[in-house]
Amino acid sequence: MLQLSLGPILWFWGKQDVLSFYAEAADWPVDLIYLGETVCSRRREMKLDDWLGLGRELQQCGKQVLLSSQTLIESEADLRGLRKLCSNGEFVVEANDQAALQLVTEAKLPFVTGPALTLYNTATLRILIRQGLQRWSLPVELGRQTLADMLAELRADGLDTPCEVFSWGFLPLAWSSRCFTARHYNLPKDNCQFVCKQHPDGMALRSREAQEVFRLNGISTLSGARYDLLREVPEMQRMGVSVLRLSPEHQGMAAVVARFDQARRGELPPADPLALVEAPPCNGYWYGEPGRVQVRRQDVS
Amino acid sequence: MELVCPAGSLPALKAAVDQGANAVYLGFKDSTNARQFAGLNFDDRRAAEGIDYAHARGARVFCAINTYPQPAGWANWTRAVDRAADLGIDALILADMGLLDYAARRHPDLPRHLSVQGSATSYEALRFYHNHFGIRRAVLPRVLSISQVRDVASHSPVELEVFAFGSLCIMAEGRCYLSSYLTDESPNTRGACSPAKDVRWQETPQGLEARLNGVLIDRFADGEPAGYPTLCKGRFEVEGSVYHAIEEPTSLNTMDLLPELQALGIAAIKIEGRQRSPAYVGQVTSAWRMAIDRLMQNPGQYATDAAWAATLASLSEGGQTTLGAYHRKWK
Repeated sequence: MLQLSLGPILWFWGKQDVLSFYAEAADWPVDLIYLGETVCSRRREMKLDDWLGLGRELQQCGKQVLLSSQTLIESEADLRGLRKLCSNGEFVVEANDQAALQLVTEAKLPFVTGPALTLYNTATLRILIRQGLQRWSLPVELGRQTLADMLAELRADGLDTPCEVFSWGFLPLAWSSRCFTARHYNLPKDNCQFVCKQHPDGMALRSREAQEVFRLNGISTLSGARYDLLREVPEMQRMGVSVLRLSPEHQGMAAVVARFDQARRGELPPADPLALVEAPPCNGYWYGEPGRVQVRRQDVS
Repeated sequence: MELVCPAGSLPALKAAVDQGANAVYLGFKDSTNARQFAGLNFDDRRAAEGIDYAHARGARVFCAINTYPQPAGWANWTRAVDRAADLGIDALILADMGLLDYAARRHPDLPRHLSVQGSATSYEALRFYHNHFGIRRAVLPRVLSISQVRDVASHSPVELEVFAFGSLCIMAEGRCYLSSYLTDESPNTRGACSPAKDVRWQETPQGLEARLNGVLIDRFADGEPAGYPTLCKGRFEVEGSVYHAIEEPTSLNTMDLLPELQALGIAAIKIEGRQRSPAYVGQVTSAWRMAIDRLMQNPGQYATDAAWAATLASLSEGGQTTLGAYHRKWK
């Protein structure tokens, strides 16, 4: 059956909040859990040992645990952290940049790749599969047409490396050396006072017409609307997608997981067209449209 | 130190070569390169003419094929690699791993440079590209501070090219999807960011409004300079304040860092701007030629000439320049 994963927490939550989130998640119907800090090296409340300890506990609860690498590697200190992560000896690493790819392939370790790696074609996939790629994520800006083409080409080559699709949450769209949260508070990045901790689901960046455009989260910029492929689950199932990634939020995550669990079992009730949604979601990328667009299923051929 | 200049057209290529560029870089007239602009870039005939012109004057020509092909377009990208090889280009500038692999197998003797779009920000990432695809040179993303560039340079398996002047991308290049979130084109998929086809200008009682596919990017008061609405350089509202929440409209200028870049062993400095006019390219190339020549004549005594700095400032976005991420405080 289609598996559900919890992506790495993209926000800066305190250690206790992280631990209580995963204590609950241990009982949710998710199959895989990605752990680790992927956004900012200054967020250090959870040390590698804490993640490893947490990973062992979640593993005992029947979850498959992976460790996600930092997306933008800039300094020698970042590389030291990355080396420790890759040589953890227990958990498979999700490589989120080419430095991580270098370390895992040099050590001949199996690995998976996250959505920030630019895997746009099958030629690229074949290279990584030869190097030990166990599962790959579709880049967020790609949609069903390219995915279908890639899956068909892989099958034609006799390759069946599983594919994961980012299916729910604010989409990570960009990484910078600049911290936009610190910039908002007029603080230098080196002395940011960890202000992003005050924003457990980021800060909305709106146009001057109050349209939510993006979401700022430290050095990363995310989509202003939540990506939501709940209604596309049957289609992904038919296409042969293996894992649906749900991106953690500090509130309401259990309900999100429950809905996707229903959807993968084919038990999702039809959408109520009159239901009020607090913020309109988006699914444009899946249909080859601008990401922020919400395509209605009935409009789709 | 090689001076690498942009050639969006044959006249720009000639201007760069005439003003002392050691190398120019160009792309074909399609989405295989990251500066796909209407009316710009080269077909095979113009490319051949440009290559002849440059080679006759001792300059090299690089071809950027630095977007990311998807299965449906794969054959266009491999054909672009073959065309560049047939034309006698001096090096390919590539980003996609699949395409790097193709070029390495099909044209093993044609040097491969890793594009800034390859997003390699550390020497471990460079080792990956070097080990697997035999790259000879890499262009570093504009997100590193000068001390981080030093770390990369001291362990890099390949020669390095860094951005010296021009538009400032503040996101790690090759992994920025902001443009395709608002429009249907991104640098990776179509070689375009904030594409002109989606830009609308409108005079309103509140001021001149600049929209990108309907989204208000900025609004300018009377007399305020109105720059192109690149989506990361607009004014937005965050928690009640309206400001350039991501970046100001400004250009990168690292002329003052030239001695440091040379001391780090940087092989080449790159001028951004294939979308710029031949006159712009000529003026910028000339200023950098003089700066590099002065540095080479007297490495210990280098100082940027006030006239060059003024020329560059006058050609900059919003009339402002910044050291960008090279300067730690910018972050």
